[in-house]
Amino acid sequence: MAERILMKGAEACAEGAIKAGCRFFFGYPITPQNEVAGYMSRRLPEVGGVYLQGESEVASINMVLGAAAAGTRAMTSSSSPGISLMQEGISYIVGCEVPAVIVNFVRGGPGLGGIGPAQSDYFQATRGGGHGDYNLVVLAPSTVQELVDLMKEAFDIADRYRNPVMVLADGIIAQMMEAVEFKYGVDPATLPAKTWAVGGASGRPRNIIKSLDLVPENLEKHNWKLQEKFSLARKNEVRWEEFMMEDAEIVLVCFGTVARIAKKSIEEARKKGIKAGLIRPITLWPFPEEPFRKAISRARRFLVVEMNAGQMIEDVRLQVCRARPIDFKGKPGGTVFTPSEILELILKLEESK
Amino acid sequence: MSDLTYKPLYQRPKALTMVPTHYCPGCHHGIVHRLLAEVIDELGIQEKTVIMAPVGCSVLIYNYLDTDSVECAHGRAPAVATGIKRARPDSIVITYQGDGDLAAIGTAEIVHAATRGERITTIFINNTNFGMTGGQMAPTTLIGQKTETTPYGRIPERNGYPIRVSEMLATLTGPAYVARVAVYNPANVAKARNAIKRAIQVQIEGKGFGFVEVLSTCPTNWGLTPVEAVKWLQENMIPVYPLGEFVGGKE
Repeated sequence: MAERILMKGAEACAEGAIKAGCRFFFGYPITPQNEVAGYMSRRLPEVGGVYLQGESEVASINMVLGAAAAGTRAMTSSSSPGISLMQEGISYIVGCEVPAVIVNFVRGGPGLGGIGPAQSDYFQATRGGGHGDYNLVVLAPSTVQELVDLMKEAFDIADRYRNPVMVLADGIIAQMMEAVEFKYGVDPATLPAKTWAVGGASGRPRNIIKSLDLVPENLEKHNWKLQEKFSLARKNEVRWEEFMMEDAEIVLVCFGTVARIAKKSIEEARKKGIKAGLIRPITLWPFPEEPFRKAISRARRFLVVEMNAGQMIEDVRLQVCRARPIDFKGKPGGTVFTPSEILELILKLEESK
Repeated sequence: MSDLTYKPLYQRPKALTMVPTHYCPGCHHGIVHRLLAEVIDELGIQEKTVIMAPVGCSVLIYNYLDTDSVECAHGRAPAVATGIKRARPDSIVITYQGDGDLAAIGTAEIVHAATRGERITTIFINNTNFGMTGGQMAPTTLIGQKTETTPYGRIPERNGYPIRVSEMLATLTGPAYVARVAVYNPANVAKARNAIKRAIQVQIEGKGFGFVEVLSTCPTNWGLTPVEAVKWLQENMIPVYPLGEFVGGKE
């Protein structure tokens, strides 16, 4: 068994990526995740990799496109305003069918917003984000350990679908220190060769990586091909956690940091005899459907709690429709729920029985 | 005894595909594509080369140059090229960009690739307008020049002044070779070919960033015949954009 090390989330994210075989990191400074770049700039040269600070997020994501187009595992990390700048590049990476990993430690917006933790980029992450018909698989860890575990998943999924994967966390996960264990170690030399990659057409037909197709019929074909991949991801990549759901009547739906806080509230509610439970989507896209199908017969009502003004609730509505009432509590802007605040919400719902 | 076997003096470069280009009559893209292909052949690097296609008239360059290629977002070619070169230092990475792509939306990417001394080569086509979108003003548009979006001519008070990219990049330490050339007559074509070769050689030798600005015609958007366009280039562009080597010329 690997040893457990005390690490800051941002640094654990970086080490996880390296252990997942990532050797190329391009990024631009932005709070609250600068430790990712700091760690990468120290560690990557030790393992024969490259850390390069781009002149902007726009340039950085295009450097990721280049390194990934050359067949490597490449990534960037940023926070909300920076991720907005990367949307052009992400759309091109999807169109070019190149795998890449993008980590967004979300901060409050809109605009420059603040540097406090938030979940307000849910729409941007799960609806594509840039121009065109596309989706990213979006992974939302709720602990530093899960962030580490998901870094390898992210690179594997990206390679499997030749599509970028986004890891969506927040400043709490970036800044918090926890004991983590790295259960994997990938030597990039052992990864399957990417026959589609560029780097010089020596001993093979040349490769062209592009998103352009000026013939509408051909572009439509290309887009349906992308949609097939997304359908496959919908089928095969859904991940979620159910917490105390066996007999849950009040079903909380939360992701990331909020879910972690909500677990504490649910435990307290259970002590008071309230049958509360939690559905925690780990993939925000594809959004899990099965736990809702299972929960609906027992559930009296649903409670969505998010660090935004109400975004994931739209996906919950798609699952629950009008079958049960859905309550919402949000905090947009960088403030965080306490376990007792969420407990109070549960108690109120119990009273309204 | 004299050697009676025939030796070809002139033929299609190997690195050029057998496809008719989509360029307008009198446009200089075709000449520059050919020169690039000739240099790739001469240096024997076809199987190591990756060409970045820009957004603009030369967006389909991968149809004409027979190498690996990546088509990039508008202005981002030097950033994509950087990623490829860092991942595959053994490859030869070339960006081919117009003046809308490089001197407007891609200014940050080209300046920073140059100042990092990125081991890549950039061919920059300056024809004083956005060709593909129908001849709008570019940063390189001359004072007084009429374009689709400067119908009264480029007026400095409204539209600012032309940007001299080669001179600007020459102030940086990262570039190993910077030159401005033209291809409107055989003497200049020969010089342009040498400049392109030099700009790739500095990459091969690991010396730094290589850059060649090529003054080019755009008869369609200038509203001139190909012959008139060559004359216009000589009379109007060269005084503003003087030809020559700015960095890494003959010592």
